[in-house]
Amino acid sequence: MIPLLDVLQSIPILSFLPIVTLALVAAFPHSNVGLELASVILIFTSQAWNMTFSFYHSAKTQPVDLQEASTIARLRPWRRFVTLEVPSSMIGLIWNSMMSWAGGWFFLMASEQFVSGSRSFQLPGLGSYLQAAANAGNTTAILCGLFTLVLLIVLLDQLFWRPVVAWADKFKLEQSSGPEAPHSFVLDALHRSALVDTVNRRVFRPLGRLAAGLLDRLQPLPDTSSPEKSGGQRSRVMVVRRAVGRLCLLLLGVLVLFGLWSMIRELQKVPHGAWSGLPPAALATWGRTLTAMLIGAAWTVPVGVAIGLSPRWSRRLQPVVQVVASIPATALFPVLLIFLLKVPSGLEFGSVLLMLMGTQWYILFNVLAGAMAIPTDLREAATVYHATGWRKWRTLILPGIFPYLVTGLLTASGGAWNASIVSEYVQFGNQTHSTLGLGATIAEAAAAGNFPLLLAATLIMAAFVVFINVNVWQRMYALAARRYTLA
Amino acid sequence: MVDRSGQDGASPAAGVLLEARACCKTYQETDKHKAAHPAHMVLDGIQLKIRAGEFVVLLGPSGSGKSTMLRILAGLIPPSSGQVFFDGQPQSGPNPHAAIVFQTFALFPWLTVLQNVVLGLRAQPLSDAERQERALAAIDVIGLDGFENAYPKELSGGMRQRVGFARALVVQPELLFLDEPFSELDVLTAANLRKQLLDLWRAQQIPTKAILMVTHNIDEAVTMGDRLLVLGTNPGRIRVELPGLPPDERGPHSAARTDLVDLIFRIMTSPHEDVALLLKDRGPGAKTGTLAPPPQPYQTLPHVEIGKVTGLVEAVHARGGRADLHQLQGALRLILDQLLPVVEAADLLGLAYTEKGDLILTEQGRDFAEAGVLGQKELFSERVLANVSLVRFIVQALQTAPNHVVPDEDILSFLQTYFGEEEARAQLHTAIGWGRYAELFSFQEDRGLFRLAEASEPAQPA
Repeated sequence: MIPLLDVLQSIPILSFLPIVTLALVAAFPHSNVGLELASVILIFTSQAWNMTFSFYHSAKTQPVDLQEASTIARLRPWRRFVTLEVPSSMIGLIWNSMMSWAGGWFFLMASEQFVSGSRSFQLPGLGSYLQAAANAGNTTAILCGLFTLVLLIVLLDQLFWRPVVAWADKFKLEQSSGPEAPHSFVLDALHRSALVDTVNRRVFRPLGRLAAGLLDRLQPLPDTSSPEKSGGQRSRVMVVRRAVGRLCLLLLGVLVLFGLWSMIRELQKVPHGAWSGLPPAALATWGRTLTAMLIGAAWTVPVGVAIGLSPRWSRRLQPVVQVVASIPATALFPVLLIFLLKVPSGLEFGSVLLMLMGTQWYILFNVLAGAMAIPTDLREAATVYHATGWRKWRTLILPGIFPYLVTGLLTASGGAWNASIVSEYVQFGNQTHSTLGLGATIAEAAAAGNFPLLLAATLIMAAFVVFINVNVWQRMYALAARRYTLA
Repeated sequence: MVDRSGQDGASPAAGVLLEARACCKTYQETDKHKAAHPAHMVLDGIQLKIRAGEFVVLLGPSGSGKSTMLRILAGLIPPSSGQVFFDGQPQSGPNPHAAIVFQTFALFPWLTVLQNVVLGLRAQPLSDAERQERALAAIDVIGLDGFENAYPKELSGGMRQRVGFARALVVQPELLFLDEPFSELDVLTAANLRKQLLDLWRAQQIPTKAILMVTHNIDEAVTMGDRLLVLGTNPGRIRVELPGLPPDERGPHSAARTDLVDLIFRIMTSPHEDVALLLKDRGPGAKTGTLAPPPQPYQTLPHVEIGKVTGLVEAVHARGGRADLHQLQGALRLILDQLLPVVEAADLLGLAYTEKGDLILTEQGRDFAEAGVLGQKELFSERVLANVSLVRFIVQALQTAPNHVVPDEDILSFLQTYFGEEEARAQLHTAIGWGRYAELFSFQEDRGLFRLAEASEPAQPA
């Protein structure tokens, strides 16, 4: 199950956007509903896998005593789900959806306008506004657009994410209250509001009771007064359940087989020449993601450490970095392209720069958190034993931030691969610019409506990402957990 | 009418509420290791009856499987063999007439005190108003009034455990299981809560018919128990069953109490002695369980750092080579559960042995105490090679291996034929600590490799 999720997680979402969109647009030919639906599906697929992952992880690490307490209280399965399993994974789910949300912005901006075959799609939105402004070279409009974007993200952070994070603080598993619990004025206002309280009492609580009653009836407890009779009943229910389960499994199997078969048939249509072009393209893109990450790490590590080690600056700058990190880089692409395309072979550098725009913030954010987490006693020890300059970096700072740096780089790597699709192949004005790369192959195939090639390139990219995950990141993670965990 | 004075309730005529027949628990074996070796037993042949009106205490050192036993009796986990009967009916799954108070409180941090208590009532066919009412009544009884809407993290440890008690008592269980409920609390809070529970129980303010408490605290056991079962380790088994004291003899200055505490202390600190010998001067009522422990398939190491063994041996040496363990425990400010593994390690290494509640140094133990740091290492190395089969096994494997290098998986998979995976790791960890101290081998954690001491690489310059 875990490897499957891993694979699903690493399929570049942008590459199956054209297929989904074309199908849905064909289903609703006279309105924008198809496009909107496609956006929703896109967002769903970009979030579902890592949310599943996070839920699975926290379900596996639930505290044993709470599980036992639920068992001895004989909670029905649904109530156990609501009181134990969901709350204990809530914080992970929220942080994950925050990350995916930023990712969603990234792709929505890119997908507000795209071309497939001879058809061009455009949704009204900030992304297409910025692109139109950049196309027209209207500086005022560009600045207005950027301002709106930042404002939107700050508002969203204040009005939505911060209240949610503050609310979720009660789901922390440690029993002692931390020194500084997250606060949100919006949440405080909601808590004190009489209107919210009334609606809660009049509408939601009765609804909840109704649902609880229904669920209680659906999941009766085994009758303890006559164990034999209920045993017989239970076994009959079990037989039916098992049969239904098998049937579902069979259907799923048939579906998967059908999917595989049609995939292979599609793949057979890819000419040999195209196949042989894919590995070099993949290597080129890989080189670019590496370059982008190296450049990103090169500036974010010193800056992040400098900020993180100073309590005053970290307190001030951390929220800023958080907001900056969630500005979708795709929105800025058109603006950057104005300058990049004037340089000869600009997209070669440009695509690296675009990847960097999208990924460096993850690294900065994590390095900052890592530097803040270096314990004071270790820093004092470094001072006492005169570890300064490079020696201090080698013995204290780099090992201290290593686990965080790995997390940041892993996220950055995923982001860079995804960004390659929008950064290696761009349409600007009436011209198309592209450079050698797997991302360009995918974008080009999508634009030309060449589905077999799109499928082949997507599979190669997913395989590449999984390969790198297993061979680089998982090893780094293991090393970080074994050697460089400060606990 | 159930008599709760603590004496007559134990008569055989009283109704048996819960009975365990020949319950055993073995470590879960993976298919890979279903070898010819006998599995490592956690519990062996547990035979036990709990009658209505009784407060039974299970007393044992850590590793005696007492918490496992409580979970088997409550139906949380099934025994590997044997069966548990409730009211004469075989029990399967969690017992609906039982409630548990946990050592770690097991409160849901996202639920308020009231919601946590109501949770216990969810399985009962009541209306929400009735649940609320009963929960508030339970909160009232246990002295949590005014805290209904607080979250657990706002409460002190003692208050949290009160919530634990309220959640257990609210279901009006016939059987109340207490899993070391006071061990995470400070001394004063624990004493206060203990007294409150006893008052409720003796005044029959709670409808509970019987209580089973697990603890490693002898004082607590004597204060509370009508009947005391002392467990032994490797495998967990009932070594002796002792009648508790009448309530008026349980006070801190009673001679009977001092005697009983002393006796239990002696039994627990002499894990290998025949209990019948220790009970010689004791009247009837005490029943010994399985006399001698069955031979274990493999030596089990107590998980102790060497520094503690050294400290203990030196402390006994300073007292003339023989010390009363009870006094020693007070002087060293250790709880029994911390002292026992160290005593066992000293015994295993042949540095000391127990006799009638005293710890006596052997000749080697005296030499060890008098030696300097390097001399201690040398002596320790000899003792380990002579007495600890796991360390010997690793050294032998290293001597025969090419390059004198052995990966830890080899040793681990050998250990897993005897122990469960977790215990195998713990055993290996302890053996690594001892072997490193004895300079018999070195171990590289990140590569998982053992190296023979002579063949080890020169230390890398920092």
